[in-house]
Amino acid sequence: MSEIIIVPHAKIYAYILEKFSDGFNYLLDITAIDYSEYIIKQEEDFALVYILRHENFKEHLVLKTYLPELKIETISDVFKGADWLEREVYDQYGITFVNHPNLRRILNHKEFIGHPLCKSYPITKGQFLYETDDLLDEMNNRLLSKSVVCKLESGSFSECNKDLMFLNLGPSHPASHGTIRTFVALDGETIECAVSEIGYLHRGFEKSCENHTYNQIVPYTDRLNYCSAISNNIAFVKAVEEMLGVAINERIQAIRVMLLELSRIEDHVVCLAAVLVDMGGLTNYWYMYNPREDIYDLLSKLTGARLTNSYMRVGGMANDLYEGFEADLQEVIKKVQYGVAQTLSLIKHNRIFHDRTQNVGVISAENAISYAMTGPNLRATGVAFDMRKDAPYYGYEKYKFDVVVGSVGDVYDRVMVRFGEIDESIKIINQVMQNLPEGEINVKNASIALPKKEAVYTTIEGAMNQFKLTFEGVKVPLGEHYSSIEATNGELGFFIVSDGSGTPYKVKVKAPSFTAMSAYPEIVEGGQLADAILTLGSLNIIAGEMDR
Amino acid sequence: MELNSPSLEVAITTTLDEAIGWARESSLWPMIFGTACCAIEFMSVAASKYDISRFGAEVVRFSPRQADLLIVAGTITYKQAPILKQIYEQMSEPKWVISMGACACSGGFYDNYTTLQGIDEIIPVDLYVGGCPPRPEALIDALLSLQNDLRTNKYNPNRHKDFKGRLDHV
Ligand code: SF4
Repeated sequence: MSEIIIVPHAKIYAYILEKFSDGFNYLLDITAIDYSEYIIKQEEDFALVYILRHENFKEHLVLKTYLPELKIETISDVFKGADWLEREVYDQYGITFVNHPNLRRILNHKEFIGHPLCKSYPITKGQFLYETDDLLDEMNNRLLSKSVVCKLESGSFSECNKDLMFLNLGPSHPASHGTIRTFVALDGETIECAVSEIGYLHRGFEKSCENHTYNQIVPYTDRLNYCSAISNNIAFVKAVEEMLGVAINERIQAIRVMLLELSRIEDHVVCLAAVLVDMGGLTNYWYMYNPREDIYDLLSKLTGARLTNSYMRVGGMANDLYEGFEADLQEVIKKVQYGVAQTLSLIKHNRIFHDRTQNVGVISAENAISYAMTGPNLRATGVAFDMRKDAPYYGYEKYKFDVVVGSVGDVYDRVMVRFGEIDESIKIINQVMQNLPEGEINVKNASIALPKKEAVYTTIEGAMNQFKLTFEGVKVPLGEHYSSIEATNGELGFFIVSDGSGTPYKVKVKAPSFTAMSAYPEIVEGGQLADAILTLGSLNIIAGEMDR
Repeated sequence: MELNSPSLEVAITTTLDEAIGWARESSLWPMIFGTACCAIEFMSVAASKYDISRFGAEVVRFSPRQADLLIVAGTITYKQAPILKQIYEQMSEPKWVISMGACACSGGFYDNYTTLQGIDEIIPVDLYVGGCPPRPEALIDALLSLQNDLRTNKYNPNRHKDFKGRLDHV
């Protein structure tokens, strides 16, 4: 279980500021907990949780503060990333952040009444939206804050010295990946101001977790970052296993590492294929997408599903590698390498590619940290933060690989970092497969792993065990825990609150796409409209993970 | 060309409906309304291995005004619903709708406060494809069956005249 520091609510701002100057300058997540139905009565019904990471990237802190009233000081002046995170807490729990610049709903729609993650909100109570938000007031505030217009005494706006045109990019737009909306004010082709609206794919993952057992949640995690489903499975079961305090053997660890890296490849190829299509390079799409099909074939042979694998279980995985897996894997890797080589030969010395990507969509390292960007997007700015190196798990320290970093933080760097990471992932996979340890693929513990099928069909204990584990779920000890891995888009974390039963009391995902998207408006402002499209593609925003 | 020219020796007689059905069959222009995981499977359908162009439906449009087949691939939330409706209304007749995946058909396993329990609460649907996500073959099968129906003129242009969705104002 994570060590949790309790801070009185009146002191939280000062405390965070103090920690900030101690080097905890990276805000991973903010969330709340509604304790009103918790098994042990707590000080207050609501508590806020802040998760911070140190600038050495090795340590993290979990702070908790109980709220006597649903109100607290904002920290959005300390961390840029706090803006959206606090909006989410406001939206889901109704907690007000005093002095927040733009406290409005973010995931749920504007006609929504109530706060869905409160325990009192019924899980299936849907609410229709009749008209989409026009975002005009948000845009006006943005225009004012950037002094594009100013407010006159009469309350109306001053004449603008620019001839602005307003345009919606998305949500139904091919380059906005279906679910992301950015409302822009254009001066010619230049974006003066941008505001993004998300939540179009908010599917209530976190609320759904509260009425499913731990193993039933695994399929839901598939659909967070659906481009690399297995890495979400692993992040989730890793958090639960840590809460249970079970150690998994080396074989399980090694297979997980291998699948994590395979997912990374799977995810990067689709991101790169899409970004090159956005640039008009359709040929690359065929080169990059074909190896993905080969990965699908391999995974469906292994797990039974192409995309939504649900392969992990608490305490292990669904089944062992099949015979001949390694040969198939080597074939797939060859095809990936071929696809990557062909694509690189098309773009490496391609003038159009360089002109369109270099110094486009730039974010500085400092800003990226303030927005809590992670993964390839952060590494593209030159910050060599990689959980696999800085806070290794599953024996990553044993494997030889390099962290790929960029220097400018532009589209070019983000694309090239991903190309580099594909090579590094292949290196890791090869090292894993060279000496794959022997062993069971599930922990030997009747209260965690399902019994063997023979035992279920032939013994009463086996049948009872199966029944209890399936219906009641794996019982996780009382407590609160944050755990994370280096997923394809960056640090993917789960904060879980358990009340001792087989169903989590609360689950919160620290989603890398969410924080990356919160930086997007600032990145694209001042740039060209066409570059905004490329920037979005290169950030690899996956709506399922961002909106949850 | 003169009627008795050698190249027109063979004449085919047909009804106008049949001729139109035959023409429509292989000139469907899909508009993909992809929101989630199912949209990734649609990418596979369009890529070389499954290659939807073999069936004459590869001109994927992202503008509803240029499309006559709406493929809804992915979860539709209450927040997304008015947009889906607007897109559907912007398509000109005749038009068809395929609902791809469990989410679009029924909300899938997202039985909660965010997710529309099936797009047919909002817009009329012609074909449902199950699966989470459906394999590419399943979508191709849906397309083939739609083409078959078009060829045989199954679709009455007024078939959805009385449809009333939850967002249609009284
Ligand atoms: S049906 Fe399944 S795969 Fe398709 S969008 Fe819904 S959850 Fe994703």
